[in-house]
Amino acid sequence: MDKKTYSNLIVSSAPHIVSPMDTSRIMLMVIIGLLPSLLVSTYVFGFRVITLSAVCVIASVAFEWIWNALMKKPQTVGDLSAAVTGLLIAFNVPSGLPYWIAVLGCFVAIIVVKQLFGGVGKNLTNPAITARVVLFISYATEMTTWTLPRMAADATSTATPLGVLAEGGTLPSNMQMFLGFIGGSMGEVSAVALLLGGLFLIWKKIISPIIPACFIGTVFAFALIYYGVTGGDALQMAIFHVLAGGVMLGAFFMATDYVTSPLLPMGKVIFGIGCGLITMIIRVWGQYPEGVSFSILLMNCLTPLINNFCEKRMYGGAKK
Amino acid sequence: MSQKHLNSIHVSHYKHTAGCATEVMPVPDVVKISMSQHIGAPCKPLVQKGDYVKVGQLLGDTDAFVSAPIHSSVSGTVTGIEEQKNAMGGIDTLVVIETDKKQEVYEGITVPEVNDLPGFVKAIRESGLVGLGGASFPTHIKFNPRNIDDVHTLIVNAAECEPFITSDHRLMLEDTEDLIAGCQLVMKYIGLDEGYIGIEENKMDAIQHIDSVLAAKGITNIKTFKLQARYPKGAERVLVYEITGKTMNAGVLPADLGIILSNVTTIAFVGQYFRTGMPLINKRMTIDGDAVATPKNVIAPIGTMINDVMAFCGGYKQEPRKILMGGPMMGRAIFSDEIPIIKNNNAILAFSKAQSLVKEETACINCGRCHQACPFGLIPTALADAYDRRDAEALNRLKVMQCMECGSCSYICPARRPLGFTNKLGKAVVKEAGIK
Repeated sequence: MDKKTYSNLIVSSAPHIVSPMDTSRIMLMVIIGLLPSLLVSTYVFGFRVITLSAVCVIASVAFEWIWNALMKKPQTVGDLSAAVTGLLIAFNVPSGLPYWIAVLGCFVAIIVVKQLFGGVGKNLTNPAITARVVLFISYATEMTTWTLPRMAADATSTATPLGVLAEGGTLPSNMQMFLGFIGGSMGEVSAVALLLGGLFLIWKKIISPIIPACFIGTVFAFALIYYGVTGGDALQMAIFHVLAGGVMLGAFFMATDYVTSPLLPMGKVIFGIGCGLITMIIRVWGQYPEGVSFSILLMNCLTPLINNFCEKRMYGGAKK
Repeated sequence: MSQKHLNSIHVSHYKHTAGCATEVMPVPDVVKISMSQHIGAPCKPLVQKGDYVKVGQLLGDTDAFVSAPIHSSVSGTVTGIEEQKNAMGGIDTLVVIETDKKQEVYEGITVPEVNDLPGFVKAIRESGLVGLGGASFPTHIKFNPRNIDDVHTLIVNAAECEPFITSDHRLMLEDTEDLIAGCQLVMKYIGLDEGYIGIEENKMDAIQHIDSVLAAKGITNIKTFKLQARYPKGAERVLVYEITGKTMNAGVLPADLGIILSNVTTIAFVGQYFRTGMPLINKRMTIDGDAVATPKNVIAPIGTMINDVMAFCGGYKQEPRKILMGGPMMGRAIFSDEIPIIKNNNAILAFSKAQSLVKEETACINCGRCHQACPFGLIPTALADAYDRRDAEALNRLKVMQCMECGSCSYICPARRPLGFTNKLGKAVVKEAGIK
């Protein structure tokens, strides 16, 4: 029996064990959730999907690394949040977008939206969404030059379904839209792939289902009522609006961003419904055919207000 | 009974020693018995250097109301009265006894004769019993609440929700008779109608064993209550809610809700004391952690140095960098293994460097996990913000005082923020500001 004294032990506050789920693991899960859509997009739009994604991820991580190095801040690229932002930027642009514009988007997202506001956890709006809106307004032509899907029968199919809806023409079938064999931003076309990734994140408890359910539910209900009143196949159009454009991508991957969405369940409900309403108002009455990014951006700005607004009943009947 | 559950988290159980029958550790060469082993006033030593003491002999006592006497766990010679820094950072008076290994029993040890509540409470005080679940509040005070006529229910806390620890589990399997006798004594003298033994469902063998003994004895007013095997079901206020559905705010005593709530080891000791008359002089503990060669459940004399207990468990198989008194969720990290065992120790865990390093804190990503984990629905991230501003009013409004420091928020935080500890600091800010 050895008897030796150890009197220089580490003393720290309890608890002395932590959950294995840390920030980088959460971000890794989000990346995994985005993979099905990346695969379908590569199939639909070709190999440039991969190179554009790689450019955006590398650019975003590089901007974050350089910023931290210049500002002598602890390096945060290891938390993978910059990689997620990069991937989401790629998902939100046409796959044929010139690389330099994509890199500019990454600069806006990482430097302007994220780091100038204090880095991870401090940004007011979702970096990828803001980058998309900035690019969309600054480079309207490039951002709406849609790549021809490989299964397109004719050149007119390059327009997005929402573009077709606004301009007139033959809408793709809901099944084509569900699978993603349509024009659109690189990562938003396949509803089924995004749904798969989103359900994976819900299953892994990375995201709460409240925001996606309220967002998609509001879009569906709005369209159902609108087309029910104005005439047309209401159910068909309601499904169309859920599958079209960025609703799936936005609802599961962008609106659920922890930093820029409300903390409490009640706040998440308000946030999700708000996103759905603004999306549909823009789509139906607005100048632009699509409103998902604007809706999330606007609701991001309202998040601090919603957080303050929500009361939470605590144990013992105490309220926040 | 309540079907609703408070928020809780899944923490890996690490109950490696659940199958390890308790081993009685031989008496070490030297024990150092602390004079402050309970909440309240420390005891004054009643022995001097050179005195010969026997097992069960009174070593220290005080007239203070909140206190419990301390007895010798060994026979031998007092070689000195020392002062030493304790695990909390305060200074303890220690009675150092060189043992003669004869374990001669003190002549005054007799089974207490009791026929009413005052007699029962007096006997409990003389036994030196304190809350053995960790709080070490003198039990004779708890067993004599001001509203003695209003209390009706005994709740025995046998949840053992802390990872690693299995000493209560082993007690339920090995000392079942004492446990049930203890329940009956407490219920008889305090005048309680029913008793519940709350046990997490990861200890089904203990639940079934106790059920079968209760059935064999024909006892119907004591029941086991199966709890979810999640953390922190063994926290007092959580346990009361799970079993009775009653909400217990911070600062409220179980007795105010008609409940006498005690840890399973405390109750089993009552049964044992009324069987043998021997005061509280030894303690069953789980010794585990990746630095321990042979993890075990041991019964060691109070006052045994931790490094002696470790030696009994085969020593360290790698250098310990962190040693805990208690479990990894709420246990206290101690600075040295030359600290004696006290009454409320239920586990000593020794961890290697790899398990000991404090994870680097990163920025909050507002994921809300801390809020979802909090049994009381507090918002630890908002509390941490308020603490950063030293905003006593906001801390109070966000109910920091309700926090029981279970550490669930710190455990779950993906950014590794010490939220539970921040709450503790936040409470101090509120107290300092004098907000009522």
